[in-house]
Amino acid sequence: MTATTSDRDPTLHLIGDPGEATRAANRRERLARILQRGGAFIVLIVVTLLASLVFGTRFASIDNFLNILEASSFLGLVAVGMTFVIIGGGIDLSVGSLLALSAVLAAFGSQYGTVVAIALPLGVCGLIGLFNGVLIARARMAFFIVTLAALLFARGLAFAVSNEGNKIFHINEDLAVIWLGQGSVAGIRVPIIIAGIAFLVGWVVLTRTRYGMAVTAIGGNEDAARLMGVPIARVKTVIYLVSGLLAGLAGLLVAARSSSGQSTIGVGLELQAIAAVVIGGTLLTGGSGSIAGTLAGVLLLNVINNVINQVGTLNSYFQQVVSGVFLIIVVLVQRYLSREQRL
Amino acid sequence: MSATDLAPGRRAIGRADVADWVAARGVYLGLLLLVVFNLVFTPRFVEVDNIRLQFVQVVPVAIVALGMAVVIGTSGIDLSVGSVMAIASALLALYIGYGPLVAITIALLAGAAVGVLNGVLISRFGIQPIVATLALLVGGRGLALVIAQGRLTEMFDPVLGAIGSGQFFGVPIVVLIALGVALVVAVLVARTTFGRYVVASGGNPDASFLAGVPVRRTLLSVYVLSATLAASAGIIQTARLSAADPSFVGNLIELSAITAVVVGGTPLSGGRVRIVGTLAGAMLMQLIAATLISHNLPDSVTRMVQAVIILGAVFIQRPRIAA
Repeated sequence: MTATTSDRDPTLHLIGDPGEATRAANRRERLARILQRGGAFIVLIVVTLLASLVFGTRFASIDNFLNILEASSFLGLVAVGMTFVIIGGGIDLSVGSLLALSAVLAAFGSQYGTVVAIALPLGVCGLIGLFNGVLIARARMAFFIVTLAALLFARGLAFAVSNEGNKIFHINEDLAVIWLGQGSVAGIRVPIIIAGIAFLVGWVVLTRTRYGMAVTAIGGNEDAARLMGVPIARVKTVIYLVSGLLAGLAGLLVAARSSSGQSTIGVGLELQAIAAVVIGGTLLTGGSGSIAGTLAGVLLLNVINNVINQVGTLNSYFQQVVSGVFLIIVVLVQRYLSREQRL
Repeated sequence: MSATDLAPGRRAIGRADVADWVAARGVYLGLLLLVVFNLVFTPRFVEVDNIRLQFVQVVPVAIVALGMAVVIGTSGIDLSVGSVMAIASALLALYIGYGPLVAITIALLAGAAVGVLNGVLISRFGIQPIVATLALLVGGRGLALVIAQGRLTEMFDPVLGAIGSGQFFGVPIVVLIALGVALVVAVLVARTTFGRYVVASGGNPDASFLAGVPVRRTLLSVYVLSATLAASAGIIQTARLSAADPSFVGNLIELSAITAVVVGGTPLSGGRVRIVGTLAGAMLMQLIAATLISHNLPDSVTRMVQAVIILGAVFIQRPRIAA
């Protein structure tokens, strides 16, 4: 550390005044931090403006924007949970399967009424999330393996409930639970509102509460956090519990939206959620990140999907290629910027 | 745990030894139990056809898992293997018109190229393995589908047919290929400088770097090896089906491969590679699936049982830290 300080400013010990080099380095560091934090928003605005110019009102209409928001709300719910998981230094691979399991259970439970249709999927997904958390936090098992096993287990359970995926449960359109997916308040669809609330609560919890600080501390340096008296096991368990619950909530909304529960949905959703979180500037190494960035990441992915769909000639498989390339570029830039910050 | 650490009595050491032994060699015990169970309860288990089928079916996972074991030995992970299989399959179908040799070479080279990309991102730019290979998992599958235009392509090539369903003295050729690959990887890991470098890079990369181990080059080679093996698994799978189906080939194989490696006693934290254990792990998972299916348990139950087994295996191996 001393070596880099003297490299940066050889005049420091002579005159005691921050030299030109130091100020330039500070400016660079600040710029890097702004890019890291707000980069996704900047790209989102640029892409939206470009698409508006190219496609005109076909893209830039209130209806289409609301469509993009609605499509984003399901991924958004999952991504809020994933943001906490990643800031806490882990990854939750089970969310895609949990979403499918929740949708199947919601549709299955709807034959016993709205209360069961809501309580059953949330209860089961919460339980699996809790189990993930306990194994990772208490038994100190690798998060990668635990959530991978949960991925397999939840998908298996979804298939078992739906007769190996052959039976698709339908939700009676008269049930109140349908409102969660298809209702609207003041012209805005309910899923958008729920996702909006989740982002708001997530932002408040992460930036304004002890719990948020504890998550960040654990992701930054678990040993140091333990020495500071952070209850590591409890905080970590809650992270995975909430991630499971949010994935369950997203599945419930998907089921209500489509009036049915299919066991095949949500494959690869975990990757999209991770991509959105990383694009939003959250470091995969943990200890640093933002909910607002995740919102930008989710919206950016959905705007790109929407644009690719507008270009009718482009093969839908390009979507995957573009997401993959995008993820690499963002991570490379992130890597470069965080190196810049450390200078 | 702390109590046993403080009292280094004979019994405490004995118990720790048993735990270590189970962690490292439990897979053979599991395999033995499963074989005994099948001998007793599964009709027609010991027939040649059935045994041959089990070995043929395990080949793609086994080959991918061998590469994965080496990657995990460097404390990395390669999630892109399934997509690499799809790319190899799609390219094989695209270039089969130029003859099987050309097509196979191109497919293998494409796999190696993906490995180089993975390796460069990880070793040069310091991106976490899970992220770099995740990007290629997503993008690679898309690329394979773009190449194949999303279609299944049937192929009737005599050479591919021979690879896929040929036998040599009753032993399927794909099994021989897998054994050959296992032998090469085993020698590479146990008997060469490269193998030492792999284990050193996984154990402690910083110390290895200071000790003069070419960590970056080792990491790069490891991902090239893994991707090339994945490509050959893709070719074998395609040859067996005599069709290239890029939306299906290698789907979720990264999970099976990682499971096989971990169940086989290679710790996810790196620093050790168990080749025979990996093969046994792959065979164990294959036999579990086969056993459940032959007793008419559905696919969904198979998945749940696999999940429980993964957790059990890792639970046994979890780091024993004094609480």
